[in-house]
Order: sequence, then C-alpha cells, then structure tokens
Amino acid sequence: MSSEAVRHDAEPVIECRKLWKIFGNDANRAMDAIRSEGFNKEDVLKQFGCVIGVRDVSFSVGEGEIFCVMGLSGSGKSTLIRHLNRLVEPTAGEVWIEGENIGTLSPSGLRELRASRMGMVFQNMALMPHRTVRENVAFSLEVRRHDRKTRLGVADEAIEIVELSGWGDRYPDELSGGMQQRVGLARAIAADPHFLLMDEPFSALDPLIRRQLQDQFLKLAKDMKKTTLFITHDLDEAIRIGDRIAIMREGMLVQVGTPEQIVMEPNDSYVADFVAGISKLHLVTAARIMEPVADYETRNGPLDRSDLLGARADDTLDRLAELSIDTDAPLIIEEDGKHIGVVTKKALIRGIQGRLHDTAGDSA
Amino acid sequence: MDPFSNIDLGIADWADGIKQWAAANRGTIQPLKLFLNDSINSVESVLQAVSPVVMIVLLTLLAWQLSGRRVAIIVCVALVALGLLDPGAWALAMTTLAIVLFSVAMCVIIGFPLGVLAAKSNRFEGAVRPVLDTMQTIPAFVYLVPVVMLVGIGNVSGVIVTVVFAVPPLIRLTSLGIRQVNQSVVEAARAFGASPSQIMFKVELPLAIPTIMAGVNQTIMLSLSMVVIASMIAVKGLGNEVLRAMGRLDAGKAIVGGLGIVILAVVLDRITQGVTRSGRERGYRHWWQGGPTGLILSIFNAGKRTKQQGETGQRQQTQPRNVKQEGQDGE
Repeated sequence: MSSEAVRHDAEPVIECRKLWKIFGNDANRAMDAIRSEGFNKEDVLKQFGCVIGVRDVSFSVGEGEIFCVMGLSGSGKSTLIRHLNRLVEPTAGEVWIEGENIGTLSPSGLRELRASRMGMVFQNMALMPHRTVRENVAFSLEVRRHDRKTRLGVADEAIEIVELSGWGDRYPDELSGGMQQRVGLARAIAADPHFLLMDEPFSALDPLIRRQLQDQFLKLAKDMKKTTLFITHDLDEAIRIGDRIAIMREGMLVQVGTPEQIVMEPNDSYVADFVAGISKLHLVTAARIMEPVADYETRNGPLDRSDLLGARADDTLDRLAELSIDTDAPLIIEEDGKHIGVVTKKALIRGIQGRLHDTAGDSA
Repeated sequence: MDPFSNIDLGIADWADGIKQWAAANRGTIQPLKLFLNDSINSVESVLQAVSPVVMIVLLTLLAWQLSGRRVAIIVCVALVALGLLDPGAWALAMTTLAIVLFSVAMCVIIGFPLGVLAAKSNRFEGAVRPVLDTMQTIPAFVYLVPVVMLVGIGNVSGVIVTVVFAVPPLIRLTSLGIRQVNQSVVEAARAFGASPSQIMFKVELPLAIPTIMAGVNQTIMLSLSMVVIASMIAVKGLGNEVLRAMGRLDAGKAIVGGLGIVILAVVLDRITQGVTRSGRERGYRHWWQGGPTGLILSIFNAGKRTKQQGETGQRQQTQPRNVKQEGQDGE
C-alpha cells in the first residue's frame, strides 16, 4: 500500500485542470454566471435549471499510481471519471492524458484513446449479454478491427489473468456477479491499456467477494503497473487500494492525500466524520506517533535503552501494540541502527484512537 | 343552424385530384408497377412450382430449425390440413402466401430503416407516430380507391394497401427495441472505442432483435388480415374465395377460404415467434446445434467420436448444465 509505493511524485500522466461540468440546457450561461457573479449551486438551479456535477476539480495522477476518488452517491465522482475518456464532455477546463489535451482529439483519435489506451470497468459490469465471455473481453480489439484469431487469443490471455480460464465460451448470465466483474476487468486489460478507469467496480458485490477481487486487483495492478483512477464510495476500499485518495463532496475535491494523511489529518469536519470509524491499526506507522528521544528524556529523565524493545519507523500500530503487550516500558524506534524516537503506551493508545495531538506532554 | 353547412375547405376535391395527378404521371408510375408486378409473380410461380409434399417437408424442417420440434409438428399438421380442405385450396394458399411474403418483405425494407431512424431521433419519432396511428386506424376502403387510381387494380395495389396497414407495428417495435437496449452496455461499447455504426451493428441491433422480430410477426399477421380486403381490388388467392363466396352466399366456399387463411396465419405465426427466442433459451448454445442441422451434426460427430473413444466427448457433455449454481468465486 502507501508505504511501499509512494509513486505520486512520478511524472503526471493524467491531469485535470479546473474541470467543471454543469448539466442542463443552459450550462454555458450558468458557467458564465458562476464565473462573473459568483453564483452558487442553488442560484444556478433556480436561475438556469442546471445542476453542477463537477466543480473546479484539479488533480494529477503519476505514472503507475492508483488514485482513488471517494465520495457518496451524487458527489460527482462517476461524472468525474467519465471526463477522462470523454464519455462526458466538460463544461469548462481541460483533461490532459500523457501530455495531450484530449479535448482537442478528433473523433477517431478519441476512439483510439478509448480502445487502446484506456480500459474501463463499470459498477454494473455492463457486459454484452449476447456475446460470450471471450467475445466480450475481445471487444476493444474487435472495434479496432484486429482479426478474429489475434483478438480471441489476446482475450484468452486476459481471461487467464483474471483466473477464469475455461469460461470463455460461456455467456455473462451464466456467471455469478463476482465472475462477471472479473470478465469486466479482463475486458479492461485485454488491450493492454496504459490506464484503468474503475467506476465503483466492486460496489455491487457482497463483502467477501469484494475483498477477494480487491486483492486480485491489487496484485494485478502491482504486476501490470497500470495507472488507475479508482472510484468508490467505500473509504475502507479506498484505503486498501489507493496510493492516494481524493475525497469528493458536492462536485469538489475537499482533500487529496495518502490514506494515512486522510485518516490522521482530515481537512475538515466532513472528512473527519468519514474517517472517524476507520481502524488506524494497519494504516498509521510508528513514525507518525513517536516523539524524539530528547523530548522524552527532558520530561522523564534519561532512558535506560538497554531494556527497551525496538521497532522500525514503518511498523504499523498493530505491530507496535503486539510488541508492547509484554512490557510496560516505551518502545524505542530505530532506523539504520540509530534511535530516532520513542513511542509511549499513551501515544500508542492515542494513535489507535486517532487522536495524534493529545500524545505529547505527559509522562510515560 | 349548422355552422359547417356553408363551409367547404375542398378536402374531398383535393383528394379527388389524385385521379388527375395519377393520369398525368402514368409514365413514371407504370414501369415501377410493372417491375413490382413481375416480382410478385415470380415469387408466386416459385411457390406454385414446388410440389405440396416438398413444400410441407421444407416448411416443417424450417419450423424445426427455427422454433423447435413441437412447432414443427404443429406446422406439418396444419399444412396437411390445408391441403385436405379442398382440392384447390393449396394453390390458392400459395398465391396468398406469395402476396403476404412479398408484402412483408416490402414492410421490412421500408419499416426497418424508419424504425431505426425513429429510435435515433426523438423529433422523427414524434412526427411519425400520428402518421402510424392514422395508417393503422383509417378504414382500408378510404385508401383503396386512391391506390387503385394510382396503380390500377391487381397485385401491386394489393401489396401497397397491405403495406400501409401492416408496416406500423414493425416501425414501432424496431424503435422500441433499440430504445430499450440497456444504456450502460451502450456506454461500455463507447468507452471501449466503438464508433456509432459499430455500436449500432454490434450492440444495439443484436440486442433489439427479439423485439424487432415481434414486430415482423405482427406485420405478418396484419398482412394476412388484409387479404380479403385486397381481393376487392382483384388480388387472387384465399381472400378472393371468401369474397366470391360472400357474393354467392356460398357458406362452404367461405369456410374453405377462411380456414385456409387461419391455417396460413398459424403456420407463419408459430415459425416467426420461435425466431424471437434465442437458441439458448431452448437449451443449446448456437442455432446450428438444434433442429435438423443439430441432428445431422450430432450424427456426424457421433461417427467421429466412436473412432476417438469417448472420454473427452463425455466430459464436454456433462459440464454445461447448471453452471450458475456450481460457479464459485472462491479459489
């Protein structure tokens, strides 16, 4: 997860610049009114009968990164993801993919982008019921007029990757929901695209299957290094999957950051409410809750380091809790053989509670 | 008292003007009429040339292939009954069948593209709907006269009159079928780079086929219901028998003609209804795996399999049932 793959400082390959989407016949006039007269959501609805879907959204995604957009239904996240392959045209703003403004693409250029560089997975699978699994998976190659033998061969490889070998001749309605979504995933990766657009791919599945598919997807994403935009309404899923998470609300991105940042430093009360119930055990590391050895010693006197149990800076709270079961003493955090910090029991418990800022200033 | 008694907008006169127009444009109408007439006649002569026994066998096999064994039996029995009705009934039925098949072909040629257009354009759909309502409800006698004025009596006017009456459901159901296609599937096709025509031919039309075929079925039924009226403008066949029997109060002849029409309707309806159900609903995966071709193929394959020794073949046979219950996501 985030600790092992901090990829977001890589060269951005997806960039949304001040993206707006307003739905309605008077969208352009509504846009002007927002810009010049500072109309808000209610004004726009009343004056123009328009609904704001995406509101001044800018973000960039680095190569190989998994970027999660998390929001409740109606927050505009599905609209946002559809801007990246122009299933939805923006009212204002630009989308740049691999250094190219896709708003300027010709119809055939756009089809090429969709067929060969982007794979999309849908919440409701959207498989074609009249085609077999193999024909479904081969669709993007068929669209580009690859001959039958090539495309079915490629489809079989993709089907094997999602572990559905032997099901190629079945029809979608003969498969369970989880298998259908694996077909959806196979269809998305068949053309070996650079990008995956995942629109709540696992939301319609029951929890156990969802977890299996998340694991399968993570493994796949790691192997294939696809830059992924992943939409979800489930914060747990976003944390499991995302290198970075963007929280979306009423068409705006209210916070963008690593899962740890989102959970430990929510920007506002909306995000705070969201992350309140999230378990920090596997998310927060010692680096975040430890205090410098010097600070501890000024408060409590010199530390007898010989008896202390050591831990690493990137150990999770879960691991730290495990270590401190057998000792009343604080844990010492080591890096490259140096002692870089101390984690007291209080700090650990506060960390598990998610209350970072109450930790300092007390004795052990 | 009657406010309308002194007003004459001249609608009747205007409609009557068709006569003059037709007379003036005889030169352009005539070649088209002759071409259509020849086409109808050649369809009929083919149907008449085939011996009844061969025809029954062919239609039964067709019914078996398209709609299954049960329908094939119904079709076979119905056709034998048709032949037994009266010594002349078979030939009359073939004449009627020729007119009906030709009318249905015209309906498909005209109606299918209009239906696609109506599905794609709300404005066109809105414009065409009242026209279709009119075509279906206006009494046939009203347009019988102008049509005869235009092209004269005979098979061609019979076909025109039939098409006017029978084409609306095909247009409606083609439009409905395409509009009903799940939009998320269409969106997925777009997301994978399909062009508008690829979406049409690879996604929308295949998924709309059952509804469109229901439209074709309705068109066939309506065409058959027009044969008696069409016989008033000198179209021959079973309808003409009914018409003549009516004039002579000949109940026997009327029943022969009437039952003949009913039997044709049953045969055509059962065969075309079967087409709307996919092969998979009947328990096999491809159309050629059922019916007579399936039988021939299975005999052929059985011959090959005995040579190879059956282990692989047996596995293939046992697997396909009930996959849904067995299929699991857990590994």
